[in-house]
Amino acid sequence: MAYLELQELHRDFGTVKALNGIDIALGEGEFLSLLGPSGCGKTTALRLVAGFDRPDQGRIVVDGKDVTRVSPNRRDMGMVFQAYSLFPNMTARQNVEFGLKIRGRDKAERRKRVDDLLELVGLTHAADRYPHQLSGGMQQRVALARALAIEPRVLLLDEPLSALDAKVRVQLREEIRRIQLELGITTLYVTHDQEEALAISDHVAVMYGGVIEQMGTPAEMYTAPATPFVAEFIGTMNRLEAIVLDGVEGDVEHSGLRLRVDAARGRRNGERVLVLIRPESLELEAATNGAAPNSFTGEVLTQTFLGPVTRLKVSGSGTNLIADLSTARAAALPVGARVVAKIPSEGAKLISLPDDGPGLPVLDPDDQ
Amino acid sequence: MSLSAVVWLVLGAAYFVIPLVATFLFSLKSNQTGKCCTAANYGWVIHNGGFWHSVKISFLLALETIVISLLIFVPTIYWVHLKLPRLRPVIAFLALIPFVVPPIVMVVGLLQVFKSSPHWFYAQPWGFLSAAYVILAFPYMFFSLDAGFRAIDVHTLTEASQSLGARWTTTLVKVILPNIRSAALAASFLTLAIVMGEFTIANLSAFHTFPIFIQLVNETQGFPAAALTLLSFGITWAAMLALLVVGRKRGARSAVVAGAR
Repeated sequence: MAYLELQELHRDFGTVKALNGIDIALGEGEFLSLLGPSGCGKTTALRLVAGFDRPDQGRIVVDGKDVTRVSPNRRDMGMVFQAYSLFPNMTARQNVEFGLKIRGRDKAERRKRVDDLLELVGLTHAADRYPHQLSGGMQQRVALARALAIEPRVLLLDEPLSALDAKVRVQLREEIRRIQLELGITTLYVTHDQEEALAISDHVAVMYGGVIEQMGTPAEMYTAPATPFVAEFIGTMNRLEAIVLDGVEGDVEHSGLRLRVDAARGRRNGERVLVLIRPESLELEAATNGAAPNSFTGEVLTQTFLGPVTRLKVSGSGTNLIADLSTARAAALPVGARVVAKIPSEGAKLISLPDDGPGLPVLDPDDQ
Repeated sequence: MSLSAVVWLVLGAAYFVIPLVATFLFSLKSNQTGKCCTAANYGWVIHNGGFWHSVKISFLLALETIVISLLIFVPTIYWVHLKLPRLRPVIAFLALIPFVVPPIVMVVGLLQVFKSSPHWFYAQPWGFLSAAYVILAFPYMFFSLDAGFRAIDVHTLTEASQSLGARWTTTLVKVILPNIRSAALAASFLTLAIVMGEFTIANLSAFHTFPIFIQLVNETQGFPAAALTLLSFGITWAAMLALLVVGRKRGARSAVVAGAR
C-alpha cells in the first residue's frame, strides 16, 4: 500500500496550469525524485505536499489520511529548502532543536536527539556555530538534521544542492541517500539535475508542463524513455526521426538511409517513429571504401574530453550524431577525420510520433 | 590627508562644535549676574520638578508610541512582505503622508476627528497624543522595518519554521523578530527622538511635554535654557549611542547572512 499518495492534483496560477492532474504513489521508506526543467511544476507539487499551498483539485494522502487541508505546521513534514533557510539568530544546535522545542520535548531528550543528528550529518564540531560561520554545504547539512529532528512522516527536499559547488553536491547527495536509507524515511526530492536524480533515487518521475511524463526506476528511465521529452531530458540521446519501411524485418528510413532496428519489428509500415541511440552504443571507426550496412558516413566535427570518455560530434548524411568513445580510441579519430558510425540494431529504442503532428522539439545534443 | 581635506574637516567640525561650545559657555553664566562661571543653571534644571515631570511624560509617551507602533507595524509589514507584496508600494505611499502634511494641519484635523472621543482618551497625553505620535512615527517605523524585512528571506524562514511545527505567532516572535531586531531598534530610537522633541502637536493640544517645558524656560530664563538645551542634546545622543551599541553586533551578522544568499 502506498504511504504517500498524490491523487489527481491540479494547481493553476492565473492562466498557467502549474499542475495538470498528477498522480504519484510512493511506498513507505522509498525515495522519489521529481525531475524536470524550470516551470514544469515539480516545486509546486512539493509545496502542495508540504502544505504551503493548496491544490485546486485533488488529494494528498499520507499513511491513509487525507492531509490536503491540514496546515503545514500540523503535517509533520520535514523540509530542506533550496535557499539557505537556517534561522540566522540561532546556532546549529538551536536550529536542530527548534522543532523539538515546539513539540515540548524535555531538555534531556532534546539534547540527545540533537547530538545524534549532528553526529549523523558529521557536524558535532560545529554545533555552536551560527549559520554565517558555516559553509553552504554545512548549512544544508544542518538544515537536513533540523528537518529530521522532528521525525517527519515524509522528508521533502527542494533542490537542496543547487547552490553548492559540484564536489560538495556529489558528496552531500550521497550523504542524503545514506541517511535516508539508514532512517528508512519516505522522501520526495525535487531537482532539475538528472544525474543527481538517477544517482540517489528509488524512483524518478519526469515532469513537463504540469504532468508526469514518465515514472520509473532510474534504470528504466535511462534505458527505456517512454516519451520524446523523457528521451530528450534523461541523459544524452541521439534522436533520429524515421519512417517504418518494413515492420516485419524492422527496417526504417532516415534521411534516405535504410536502417535495421530490432525495436521497429511489429510496427505499422509508414508509421513515424523516433529512433533513440545512446552515445555509448554507437560504434565509430575510420571510414574505408564501400558503404557498411546500418551505418552513416560522416566527419568528426568536434571532440570534447570528458575524463573517462571523449565525446565526438559527427556530421554526415544530413544527420548529427554524438558518440562516446574511450579517450584512447578517440585519439585515432581526430577532428576532420572521415568516420563510419554503426547503428546497433539491438540497442536502439523506438518511440512513436504522431503521424501528422510536429516532430521532436530539437535540442542540440551539445546542450544536453 | 590633503590640505583641502583638512580645511573642510575643520570647517565641518566647527559648524557643529562652535554652537555647542557657545551654548555650553552661555549655560555657565550666572542667571543673576550674567557672569561666568557657575554650574548653578544645571543644578536649577536638575532640581526643577517641571523638568523631571515633562521628561517623564515625554519619555513614557515615547515608550507608549514605540510599543503601539511595533505592535501594529511589525505584524502588518511582515504580512505584506509574506502575502501581499503588491500592497507594499501603497503602504510606502501612505507612510509618506505624515512627511507631507504639516504638523499644524495634522493636529487641527486630529482634534476635529477625536473631539467626540471619550474624555479619558481626548484629554490625556496617553490617549490623544500617543495616537498622533503613532501617525507621526509611521514613516520612520515603516521604512526602517521594511528595510529589515527586505534584508532577510521572509518566505523561506517562515516556511522553515512552519514545517517544523511552529504557529504564526511563534514564527513571528522566535524567528522573524530576532532577525529584524536592529531594524526594529532603529525604528524605536527614531521614534524616541521624534517624540522627545515634538512641539507643535503637544503645544496645540495643550499637553505639557518636554519640548513645551524647554520653550517655557527659553522664554523666561536665558541661561538655564541653554543648560536645558544641552541636557536634551545629551539625552538624544545617549539614545543614539544605545542604538549603535545594541545594533552593531546584530547588524554585522545579518549582513553576512544576507550576502551569503
